[in-house]
Amino acid sequence: MAYGETAHAGHDDHAKPSFVRRWLMSTNHKDIGTLYLIFAIVAGMIGGALSVMMRMELAEPGIQIFTHLAINPVTGQPDLDRARQIFNVFISAHGLIMIFFMVMPALIGGFGNWFVPLMIGAPDMAFPRMNNISFWLLVPALGLLVMSMFVGEGPGGGWTIYPPLAVLGNSSTPGGDASIDLAIFALHVAGISSILGAINFITTILNMRAPGMTLHKMPLFVWSVLVTVFLLLLALPVLAGAITMLLTDRNFGTHFFDAQGGGDPILFQHLFWFFGHPEVYILILPGFGIISQVVSTFSKKPVFGYLGMAYAMVGIGVIGFVVWAHHMFTVGMNVDTQAYFVAATLVIAVPTGIKIFSWIATMWGGSIEFKTPMLFALGMIFLFTVGGVTGVILANASVDQSMHDTYYVVAHFHYTMSMGALFSMFAGFYYWVGKMWGVQYNEFLGKLHFWISFIGVNLIFFPQHFLGMAGMPRRIPDYNDVYQGWNHVSSMGAYLSYAGAILFLIIIVEAFMRKRKVADNPWGEGATTLEWTLSSPPPFHQFNDLPRIK
Amino acid sequence: MADAHAKPNHDYHLVDPSIWPLVGAISAFALFGGGVMAMHDMGWWLAALGMVGVLYTMFVWWKDVVHEAHKGDHTPVVALHLRYGMILFIASEVMFFVAWFWAYFNAAIYPTSFVGGTWPPEGIQTFDPWHLPFINTLILLLSGTTVTWAHHALLEGDRKGLIQGLWCTVILGALFTAVQVYEYSHAAFGFTDGIYASTFFMATGFHGFHVLVGTIFLIVCLARAYQGHFKPEQHFGFEAAAWYWHFVDVVWLFLFMVIYIGGHGAGVAHH
Repeated sequence: MAYGETAHAGHDDHAKPSFVRRWLMSTNHKDIGTLYLIFAIVAGMIGGALSVMMRMELAEPGIQIFTHLAINPVTGQPDLDRARQIFNVFISAHGLIMIFFMVMPALIGGFGNWFVPLMIGAPDMAFPRMNNISFWLLVPALGLLVMSMFVGEGPGGGWTIYPPLAVLGNSSTPGGDASIDLAIFALHVAGISSILGAINFITTILNMRAPGMTLHKMPLFVWSVLVTVFLLLLALPVLAGAITMLLTDRNFGTHFFDAQGGGDPILFQHLFWFFGHPEVYILILPGFGIISQVVSTFSKKPVFGYLGMAYAMVGIGVIGFVVWAHHMFTVGMNVDTQAYFVAATLVIAVPTGIKIFSWIATMWGGSIEFKTPMLFALGMIFLFTVGGVTGVILANASVDQSMHDTYYVVAHFHYTMSMGALFSMFAGFYYWVGKMWGVQYNEFLGKLHFWISFIGVNLIFFPQHFLGMAGMPRRIPDYNDVYQGWNHVSSMGAYLSYAGAILFLIIIVEAFMRKRKVADNPWGEGATTLEWTLSSPPPFHQFNDLPRIK
Repeated sequence: MADAHAKPNHDYHLVDPSIWPLVGAISAFALFGGGVMAMHDMGWWLAALGMVGVLYTMFVWWKDVVHEAHKGDHTPVVALHLRYGMILFIASEVMFFVAWFWAYFNAAIYPTSFVGGTWPPEGIQTFDPWHLPFINTLILLLSGTTVTWAHHALLEGDRKGLIQGLWCTVILGALFTAVQVYEYSHAAFGFTDGIYASTFFMATGFHGFHVLVGTIFLIVCLARAYQGHFKPEQHFGFEAAAWYWHFVDVVWLFLFMVIYIGGHGAGVAHH
């Protein structure tokens, strides 16, 4: 449908494939990117709904919402322990869904697939068929994860699935609790998907750049994806190993994490965070790339310090592999080790600062146009800086002794993720929606979406700093009455933010209904990357004649 | 811009639509969902079905790849893609083994009081590294040379030499697996006997699984060699198998050095 005007039906079998051939058998990076984006939106709405449920519970002290999900079938009375467990299952599912099925599919699978080939002047990805299995594996992975919520007790250990909690409650018998096993396999399948995707992107970026496009001329979004997928390639297999050990500990009698057999539960944390810390950069780096494109476009200036920006991301990626134990300051590590991880972690503030200041310098003296993508980009820069600053605070092991597992940490990583990654996703969406599908969003609704989201997420997460400083622990559905005020504010913010998410769906529907035509380059002189030289939407196969870069 | 129906003016491979990714994903769902059922004694049928589906997908998918290679789709740049793909895949496999070595070092370098503060743990009789493990080392190293022999024969256009070299490699690979099975069955410790057994069996076991995969890969190459698929100037399928085989070989050398030699205690089991 979207390609109707440019696809020249009837000339070859690529031009107008049937629905099944086009969407179920696709080998086209743009169609697969679209599938990823649809998938991410669906998963994001599910993950967001889970968080709204949690905020409903936390709006007041006591347990009142989740009791409705935990009625004992015999007595007809709510089972409080069960309600607490279900709350924690929601926490696990919210985290895993947002990370593996919303942010990664949207930023890497969606925008990466769409715009890496377009920006480097390539006709498609290096492995178009493997590209499709990367997408399709996500569907069973999400299926397994959702199933895990409904089987047995559900995974209640959070997205980190630490043993011994993740090993307890298992009995390898009929009716024994299979929920963690399902969650583990969900991660295995999502991991296979991401590793195949990483191989595809690295090969594409290194081998398929148009003649003349050296690495040092490559758009920063492509740089960001390149660094991201290297992190994926090297970090995910370690997680695969760790969760395989967890699986065999649960089901086959190994003792990797079982102190009763000489094992060590801390080993899991090391393996997990050796993956997990690069993973959080995997979530944010593509966002950095998008922000660079958007800020440059709407300031009508090239990015300030292009090479520094590119190598700052490389630096973040490399250092990201050697800071993992700052997630583990309270496990009883010796002080020297803690000192090392504090220092290494603080070093990351340097390349991150390069990014922030270079974005500001890009805007400096620019002719700035405050279109919706730019608003989201500015919002991202502002909010990510807040998250980055609290990150510097938490990086200090001595401070973290008090802050660990409080709402301060929740506020910190949501300022980087929920605002950093999500806002850059929205910036990218509004920036490219016209290019992708040839329909332009409504500027007023877009700006409304920005303000609702901006106010909403700040209402949710800024008060959580206060709650955390006051000692409120995370992952508990109930709390002392003194925390009520800010929790109430936070919950109001959650409702507002979800209203913003629904508005986002309306904006998409409105854009497709109104079908406002989009010029090849609707953003003017600031938009200099190759995708803006193509029609909107681009032809089914672009660059039959490769562009030459001077 | 360029018309969609114009003949592409580049050497990249725009692959035809394919149903195999979807079939593979559904099979993976059955395999992993069925795997959970199997682990909870609800029967193996779904996992078996999923396994068949995954293997079928691999077969037909790579059959398509071979077909495309014969059609001439694998231009020099596409062949380069395949090389990159294989190297990156092996890189991710290396990181997978990092996890198992990490678990081993975690237990071995700082033995807990539970295992008696020593490594190998008290009461664990380890294998004599200079017995069967050393023979296996020699077998794998030898197989590395025979696969190189096959490669050189291939480059010379000597199909007979290629087939002989591959046969030797496959037989040596199978021999390694047989020796490993024999060794496992004579271990003085059981799979569930604590952290030593966990790290030993899972690290060497995953390596053994990779040997099996590599052997199958080489058998496929052997079958293709009989059919004359490989040419001196185009034989990436063979090269990928050889790279994989060398990777498996190197992992074994580390296992041999670290776990068998480095981790063998005074109480050595004799065969």
